[in-house]
Amino acid sequence: MGVGRRMQKQGPPPDLGKKRKSFEAEDGTRGKKRKTSENSRPVAPSSQSSNGKSNSGLTQHTEGNFVNGERSKRNHGKASVKSGKAVTLGDDSSDVDAADLFGGFDSDEDAITNGLGDAALGDGDALRDDFLDSGSSIYDSEPEQETARFSDDDGSDAEEKLTAANIEGLSRKLQSAQDEEAVQAAQELQDDALQTNISAEVNDLSDTQAISAQLAPDLQLLRTRITDTIRILDNFSTLHDPSCSRSSYTSQLLEDICIYYGYSPYLAEKLFSLFTPSEAFAFFESNETPRPLVIRTNTLRTSRRSLAQALINRGVTLEPVGKWSKVGLQIFESQVPLGATPEYLAGHYILQAASSFLPVMALAPQEDERILEMAAAPGGKSTYIAALMKNTGILFANDSNKNRAKALIGNIHRLGAKNTIISSHDARAFPKIIGGFDRILLDAPCSGTGVIAKDPSVKTNKTETDFLRLPHLQKQMLLAAIDSVDHASKTGGYVVYSTCSVTVEENEGVVQYALSRRPNVKLVETGLGFGVEGFKRYRGKTFDEKMGWTRRFYPHKYNVDGFFVAKLKKTGPSPQTKMDVKGNGTNKGKEADVAMVDKTPMVDDEKENGEDDDFGGFDDEEDEKIIERAERQRLKRKGLNPKSALKGGKTGVAANDADPVRKANTTGGQ
Amino acid sequence: MRALTEEETQTLFSKLANYTGRSLNNLIQPPSDSSKEGERYVFRLHDSRVYYMKLSIANLATSISRENLLSLGTCLGKFTKTGKFRLHITALDIIAPHARYKVWIKPNGEMPFLYGGNIVKAHIGRWSEDCPEHQGVVVFSMDDKPLGFGVTARSTAETRRLDPTSITVFRQADVGEYLREEDTLFTTT
Repeated sequence: MGVGRRMQKQGPPPDLGKKRKSFEAEDGTRGKKRKTSENSRPVAPSSQSSNGKSNSGLTQHTEGNFVNGERSKRNHGKASVKSGKAVTLGDDSSDVDAADLFGGFDSDEDAITNGLGDAALGDGDALRDDFLDSGSSIYDSEPEQETARFSDDDGSDAEEKLTAANIEGLSRKLQSAQDEEAVQAAQELQDDALQTNISAEVNDLSDTQAISAQLAPDLQLLRTRITDTIRILDNFSTLHDPSCSRSSYTSQLLEDICIYYGYSPYLAEKLFSLFTPSEAFAFFESNETPRPLVIRTNTLRTSRRSLAQALINRGVTLEPVGKWSKVGLQIFESQVPLGATPEYLAGHYILQAASSFLPVMALAPQEDERILEMAAAPGGKSTYIAALMKNTGILFANDSNKNRAKALIGNIHRLGAKNTIISSHDARAFPKIIGGFDRILLDAPCSGTGVIAKDPSVKTNKTETDFLRLPHLQKQMLLAAIDSVDHASKTGGYVVYSTCSVTVEENEGVVQYALSRRPNVKLVETGLGFGVEGFKRYRGKTFDEKMGWTRRFYPHKYNVDGFFVAKLKKTGPSPQTKMDVKGNGTNKGKEADVAMVDKTPMVDDEKENGEDDDFGGFDDEEDEKIIERAERQRLKRKGLNPKSALKGGKTGVAANDADPVRKANTTGGQ
Repeated sequence: MRALTEEETQTLFSKLANYTGRSLNNLIQPPSDSSKEGERYVFRLHDSRVYYMKLSIANLATSISRENLLSLGTCLGKFTKTGKFRLHITALDIIAPHARYKVWIKPNGEMPFLYGGNIVKAHIGRWSEDCPEHQGVVVFSMDDKPLGFGVTARSTAETRRLDPTSITVFRQADVGEYLREEDTLFTTT
């Protein structure tokens, strides 16, 4: 049983508070068995050896212990303990140990010092008879404490101790009683220590930092500290300790949040800086709870009223999701799997997060329009668009990932959207494939910092490079979307940009970039009745003054996933020169440009060949013909008309002729 | 993507007619025959699958390259390698409104059917009279939700003499396939 107890504590530490309670419950069994505690004392040397403090001499003593223990439990046990003490006294510096022992009573750091406990006991030999018992209790319990806390770091210690404990073969009952007593005493001490810690923590941040680094986190304590720090930060002028700056409080809070919620420090800082401290806390808290399950009625097939009735008959508890949506139903409880009811299979509804209604509502698709959704899978938004268009017009649903597109095709057919074309192009290729859309919805791939409740792996697996790579992709996609929209559309000309992320780089930053690169678009109101306004300035960056029209949605405010929606209207054609689309053949000036560049090397070549004549005896005329033929073929391959290109090029060459560097380069290239 | 050849059209239409009867004409030439050319419905073949869509959609889809075009309009089914045509569950939308013979199944028969079972006599709520043997029928739930389609095992008259557990309709497709066959139903490889 003694072994069993140890086994229990090997694992990751349970909540300290709970542990404490359980020991207090055992309190009653303590009392009279004090004397017997001596028997278990031989454990101490073994534990000490496990702590790596012993030498060979000590292990010998433990062996001796074990033999003694086998023969007679009480007397020999005592003797062995004494011998053990003697050894440790010889080993360790007793002064330090004594200090540690007593220091351990009032500080949390006893977890570290406990290994030395028995040496300290040796010190206290003089006090032995009445102090020894309590002392031994400390000294027995402390190693246990230690195993509990450090179990994450190193399992080998515990194992070693385990075998030693096995070998001892002491009376189980007695030992367990002794253990309880020991732990009990230690807990009391620690309780005191913790309390003093709490009161002291605010004053001494460095101390608490040290503790948090050493221990497996005590979540309750951490939480209290987080709330305390937030309280101070919220009312900084009156509550703060003059010796600590705001930044030190903040860094402490961030550190605690990283431990408590399991974020990577980088991401925690990024998210924290979006909010006030108390709001950030609410945000982190709400990321731990799931969002409500919401379904969207497919108005192509049924009405919300009849769907709700059908589902209620199947034992589903539901309610309209809110005033803002006429098609959403929030599910509270369900007797049946909602993804497999006959209504689901018949396409009467789709499981869709409330947040993903929002971009479609902002897009406000009209009948008989041509609409593009650039990243459509798994089709919740696409089918919503098709439903709002009442299956008229044309919807292009694109998703670059063919595997995800399967779900898209399935949903579109299941929900009966008949006006769709599903493609798997890279969204950035879009104005080249087909343009002239009335509206475009770009729900860009993002880091997913808004949906941490759904996918907690975001907490750790997003690094700095992700926050550079993703915005880059998003910017390209948004520019492609803007270029694909028809500004002259009578009903539309809108682009809606949305992400399920809350960071500024992926949202306002991307929109701002698009506004600066495309002077022919402007921000317009999203038409959503709620949501927080987007940032107009953030950490020294100033965004467009209309950025307030964009909308942010936070889990702690609206109980939807974190989301961002911006709506842009295109007012004029995109400047052709800035478009990185090649060879569309509509713009003559551009074609000439391309040709000019293409032609340059050819003429340079001629010159070079002429100069090299002496060495090789080249036939200029023959070469020129061959080169020209090759050039024509090359242009043809590129899809250009060789006649016009060559003509345009010859005029351009004259200008470039004088550039010697270019000449050298191009010949090298050929 | 291309229009169907004469032969393919024959195969397809005979298959569809098995379910729709004479109202197949409505599919080919919708009754609201508007003057607009783009509103006409057409059949297109893409990667051995047949799609049914408005002409305007078919025309716009030409701008999507073949390997990147995954689906357009409504998929009706696919031609097998031996040249036969197989209707998919996705065609239910098209044939249900024009069905010639119908079978309504009771609520307790819905789930067995959606899990891929044939329909036994006990589960049939009502059905179209004078239905011959081996005739395509569309299966509805009692509240007129189309659930799938199949072929009758016996004629209506014969079925009356059967015991309740005997199969009356062989399942061909049911909406449960949206879950069961998602991986194979829509791959265009």
